[in-house]
This record gives sequence, C-alpha cells and structure tokens, in this order.
Amino acid sequence: MFFGIEWDTSSQWAFAVSIFPILLHGLVVTLEATVVGFFIALILGLVLAALKSAPTRIVRWPAKLLTEFIRDTPLLIQLFFLFYVLPEFGITLPAFLTGALALGVQYSAYTSEVYRAGLEAVAKGQREAARALNLAPGRTFTHIILPQAIPRIIPALGNYLVSIMKDVPVLSVVTVLEMLGVARIIGDRTGGYLIPLSMVGALYLVMTIIASFGVRYLDTHLPKRGLSLK
Amino acid sequence: MEWTSYLAPLSQGAWVTVQLTVYSTILGGLLSFLFGLGKLSHNPLVKGFSVAYIEVFRGTSLLVQLFWIYFALPLVGQAIGIDLRFPPVVAGVVALALNIGAYGAEVVRGAVQAVPKEQYEAATALNFTSRKRLWRITLPQAIPEMMPTFGNLAVQNLKDTALVSLISLGDMAFRAEQIRNFTQDSVTVYTLVLLMYFGMALVLTAFMKLLERYVGRWRAAGR
Repeated sequence: MFFGIEWDTSSQWAFAVSIFPILLHGLVVTLEATVVGFFIALILGLVLAALKSAPTRIVRWPAKLLTEFIRDTPLLIQLFFLFYVLPEFGITLPAFLTGALALGVQYSAYTSEVYRAGLEAVAKGQREAARALNLAPGRTFTHIILPQAIPRIIPALGNYLVSIMKDVPVLSVVTVLEMLGVARIIGDRTGGYLIPLSMVGALYLVMTIIASFGVRYLDTHLPKRGLSLK
Repeated sequence: MEWTSYLAPLSQGAWVTVQLTVYSTILGGLLSFLFGLGKLSHNPLVKGFSVAYIEVFRGTSLLVQLFWIYFALPLVGQAIGIDLRFPPVVAGVVALALNIGAYGAEVVRGAVQAVPKEQYEAATALNFTSRKRLWRITLPQAIPEMMPTFGNLAVQNLKDTALVSLISLGDMAFRAEQIRNFTQDSVTVYTLVLLMYFGMALVLTAFMKLLERYVGRWRAAGR
C-alpha cells in the first residue's frame, strides 16, 4: 500500500493497473518539481546573464567562472551540497524545495547562455539603426532587441524544460517522492521492479514526446521576425 | 578530521569515475556512429531500429534507464531463462553509453546531413563505392562538425557518472557520501568533490579540444 492505494499482485496486468494511480501521484510531483525548478532556472539564469555582461571585469569574470563551474559539476553533488550544507547555515528547506533549487541552479548555467546567445543573435545593424534613429538605450532594448531575441530564446528554453523533467528522478535521493522514487518503493516492497520501472519509462516517453511537439510548435509558430511586446 | 585525510578515498573514487567516463564515452561514441548512420540508412529495418533506439534513450531519464538495466533487466532474464544480472560497473557503463550514444547519434546524423550534396554527387560521378564515399568523403567532412557538440556530451557524460553511485558503485560521488556519513563534515567533503569534478571536466574539455584540432587538421592544410 502506498498513498493509501492498495496494489493487486494477483496477475501482472492487475498489478500494472493497480499501481498506475500510485505512479500518477509521483508524476504530479515530477511535474511540480519540473515547473518550480524551471522557474528558478529562468530567474537565476537572468541574473547570471546580466552579471556576465556587466561593464566591469571584476563582475564579469567571476560570473563566467561560476557559470562554468555550475555547468561542469554533477547535479547529484550540487543537490547533496545544498541538502546537507544549507542547514548548517541555518537554512532548512523541505526536500522538495532543495531539489527544485538544485535543478534551478544547475540549469541557470544553461539558461543564462540561452539568453546571451539569443540577444547576440540579433543582427548588429538593428542596434546601429536604433542608434541612428536616436532611440534611448532602454527603448532600444525593450522595443528592438528583445522582440527579436524572444522567438529564438523560447524554443531553446523549452528544450531545457524537457531536460529538467528528465533530471527530476535525481531528487529521489533526498527523499522527494517523484515518479521514479515511487516506482522504486513499489519495487522494494513487492520485489517486482520490472513493471513499475517499465511503466515509468513509458510515461516519461509519453511526456517527452508531448513536450517535444510543444517545443516544435513554438519553434514554427513564433513570429520569426520578432514578437511585438506592445 | 583534516580535509587532507579525505583525499585518499576520494582519489580512489576519482579513478573509478575516470574509468567509467572513458569507457562509456568511447562506447557511446561508437553507438553514436552506428545509430546515427543507421538513421540515415535506406533499409527500413535498420532505420526503424535506430529511430526507436534514439527516441527511447533520449526520451527517458538516464536514472530510469540505469535502474531499469540494473533492477528490471535481471527479471526479464529470469522470465526468458538468460542470466542478465550485471555487476554494477557493467550496468553503469552500458546505461551511460546507451544514453550518451542516443544524443550522439542525433549529432552524427545532423553532421552527415550537413555535408553539401554536391560532395555525394561528385563522389558518385567519380565512381566511388558507397563505402569509400562514406569513409573518404562524408565522414572526414562531417566529423570535425560533430566535435564541439561531442565535447559537450563528454562533459555531460562525466557529470552523469555520478548517478552510478546510486547502484552502489564506488565512484567519487559514492566515496563522498561515505565520508559524509562518517564525519558529518559535509561542507568540506562536497566542496572538495565539486572542485574535483570541475578539474576533471576542464581536463576533459581540453582533451576534446585537442581531438577536435586533430580530426580537423586537414582543413587547415587545405585552406
């Protein structure tokens, strides 16, 4: 029994059917962690991107080094680090939030590069034209650069959203009951790993196929010439 | 305890991590070419199998794959009467290689397709056999295009090896967890391990850059 739902081990089909709602409980947690982690990654990435394009080297270089460091070290270790080290500084977060924070930190390194690449991909002539037309730098950014960068940025971010979803099972090591963790517990208690683990794999496949359709839709349907922010 | 006393067990773990990374990256590289070219095959069976492999391993989580190979595959073996119980090292290398191979296969496919069509036409016009066309014309032009992404994938693979500690393989992440359990000195242990992974990634990146220059050396000579 798990989440108050009994499993039926009379036959393999009955077992698969009976654990499906239990796995869905885990699936909800997986999706929640994905969304919260992604949201943190979006914001932290923006901060990193801003620091990396700061006018002084004293800010720019450490930010670049930090991005490189975050990107080159495993999520699992970052997660353990946050999980065991934060409480020593008096910050005690629930396991779920620690996990989402770890996902957000890891992927902020990637999202910051997405922002940077998206902004740099806007043709130089656009900036020059805006300057020639005497537009203020702030207006140039919000009215000229950003509208053209967004259609490039959004699909790339979508791909990282899918990657985050695939990394959520790592959070099970700090007792977050996401889908894989739930499947393992079912396996531990019944001795039958094959069905729950295969079902998790199949559910992941379904989710990533849906998500990749979504990303492709965004990629083809966002206006290529720019998204008006007005 | 002094932090220096952590170095001996951690470096033992580091050696396991290095071995895992090397084996699975090489095996993954082979799988990339096998299935990347397989996806471009005209044989529907080869193509279908390659597409299925790529979709399954890119579409699911590495940890799910690792657990499936380690916990579920033996049960499949039991059902069909073959012993599919692998030691953790084998399960770890296989899972990592299959995972990175699927990502790599898409890179290989993309790079091969990016070779200008005229190159194929010219090779055909010069009466090259299809094998010779692949080895002499397509791959020498495609491989340098793949290298930057392969470099990223190799680092990704290095990071992913940390997950094999979850099937009780004594890599660096596993040793770190042991030391933390023993000493409760989490700040030092994890800082040290993060730095060690970072160092390894820098070395790996440098190596992949050298490899990139090596496979692309004909370009500099030709231009």
